[in-house]
Amino acid sequence: MLTIATGNKAVAAAVRELHPAVIAAYPITPQTEIVEQIAAYVTSGELDSRYIPVESEHSAMAACIGASATGSRTFTATSSHGLLYMHEMVNWAAGARLPIVMANVNRAIGPGWNIWAEHTDAFQERDTGWLQVYVSTVQEAFDTTIMAFRIAEHEDVLLPVMVNLDGFLLSHSMQSLQTFAPGDFVPPLSLPHAIDTANPAGYGMLTGPGDYFRFRWEIERSMRRATAVIAGTEQEFARRFGRTYGVAEEYRYDDADVVVIAMGTLGKEAEVAVDTLRTEGVKAGSLRIRWFRPFPVLDLGGRDLVVIDRDYSFGFGGVIAGSLKAKFRADPYSVIAGLGGQEVTFDDIAGFVRDRRPGEEHWFGVDGNV
Amino acid sequence: MYEIRIHCRGGEGGVTAARLIALAAFRDGRYAMAWPFYGAERRGAPVVSFVRIDDRPIRVYSQISNPDLVVVLDPTVMDVVDVYHGLKPGGIVLLNAPGAGQVPGHRTYTVDLTGIALTLNLVIAGSPVLDTSVVGAVAKLGIIAMDSAKRAVAEMFPDERNVRAAEAAYQGLVV
Repeated sequence: MLTIATGNKAVAAAVRELHPAVIAAYPITPQTEIVEQIAAYVTSGELDSRYIPVESEHSAMAACIGASATGSRTFTATSSHGLLYMHEMVNWAAGARLPIVMANVNRAIGPGWNIWAEHTDAFQERDTGWLQVYVSTVQEAFDTTIMAFRIAEHEDVLLPVMVNLDGFLLSHSMQSLQTFAPGDFVPPLSLPHAIDTANPAGYGMLTGPGDYFRFRWEIERSMRRATAVIAGTEQEFARRFGRTYGVAEEYRYDDADVVVIAMGTLGKEAEVAVDTLRTEGVKAGSLRIRWFRPFPVLDLGGRDLVVIDRDYSFGFGGVIAGSLKAKFRADPYSVIAGLGGQEVTFDDIAGFVRDRRPGEEHWFGVDGNV
Repeated sequence: MYEIRIHCRGGEGGVTAARLIALAAFRDGRYAMAWPFYGAERRGAPVVSFVRIDDRPIRVYSQISNPDLVVVLDPTVMDVVDVYHGLKPGGIVLLNAPGAGQVPGHRTYTVDLTGIALTLNLVIAGSPVLDTSVVGAVAKLGIIAMDSAKRAVAEMFPDERNVRAAEAAYQGLVV
């Protein structure tokens, strides 16, 4: 069905199509509309799920863990402080190899108290073993949520997936949306280690120094296999439904001398900056990183890079800029912009490109350069 | 790309008006995006919402600083907000007001949305409903088709008085 919807409603609509057995969630701005809509679907009978309204995000993830461990498809959604409150259980979900799908509506962390877009919330869960993907349109939020279940539940992955969308900028923006039933694109979940009362086993047992590292390696091995599963899922999605996004979305990239790299809605805004720069004779392009874990293999090809981080790791730098330096020996101009919903326009982005100083860091809106 | 900025107070329906205009534009077969800027606003505080309409997919997420059309649902916000800020040369101002009004330097249209709501007894929690009628006024300005406007209102609001409010605003706005 073709309609218009917010990013939040697109996520809820995708979840409705995949009918998880259990959904446990706690509302938080700007995620609230996702769980409200899902609760409405359950109440109206459109969605035959067990919806558990828990008393905290820690409990939301714990309930998903318990349900997922029985081999049931599970979903939750959160944001910012909610995500941080469930941090211990976020680690547990990955370590226990449970293919939970979670939508995280990216929002800054207080204090100062702030409800607007920033990626630092999800980046604080970077090392938990969750796959992370960042979307930029309402349609992409729907499509990626569908793909997330197939990827998480794939036998070569069996890790949880976090679908990230920018708070308000995308969660509350209304755009066109084509919803559809994915059919057998997402097959029924078959969890090999599901709790089976006919075949009792121990879960979460003490794991000594002689074994623990093997489980950690298994997570990393699945992360590496996930790269191929993501590619295969994208290909199959394109074949069936006609859209593809890739691990990173290139725009006027091939002949570009300078490339803007960003995630989420800033990655879309960067495309407009690229068009502006091209009319000035600057051979600019953009690259919107979608999958952050596993981190994509990128062919940066010696181009000048302008990396916009809507995040920061204090005492170190922008997380994406730092990742590109570490992975690809890149020497980007690192721009810190959009923190806590700071307004960043395509004109601003074009300015970052014009004024770039490779190897340096610039805090947008802060007097002087760092 | 056609850009609309809507000013009102929290609870007066500016956010819903933006969504209805976007839905109508979408029913016209165009691309549209509607979103509010959420501050710490609550009921009664000045609120701004935005609509972009284009024939191509919309990739701009930053706020509208140079609108083609400014809609003011509650003229009392004009005491505290510069609603004309950045309005394009030749841009239009649409005011909810009972009489004719003129804003120097701008093409101004007035329509009595509050009067329409009160006549139809479209009042929720003590406030006249403005978000469905204004869609008819925007259609009269030629930005969206009236059929699409009525369809959008009917899709989001089953109470048929909302469509009548849109029709009354369409007829009441003299262009």
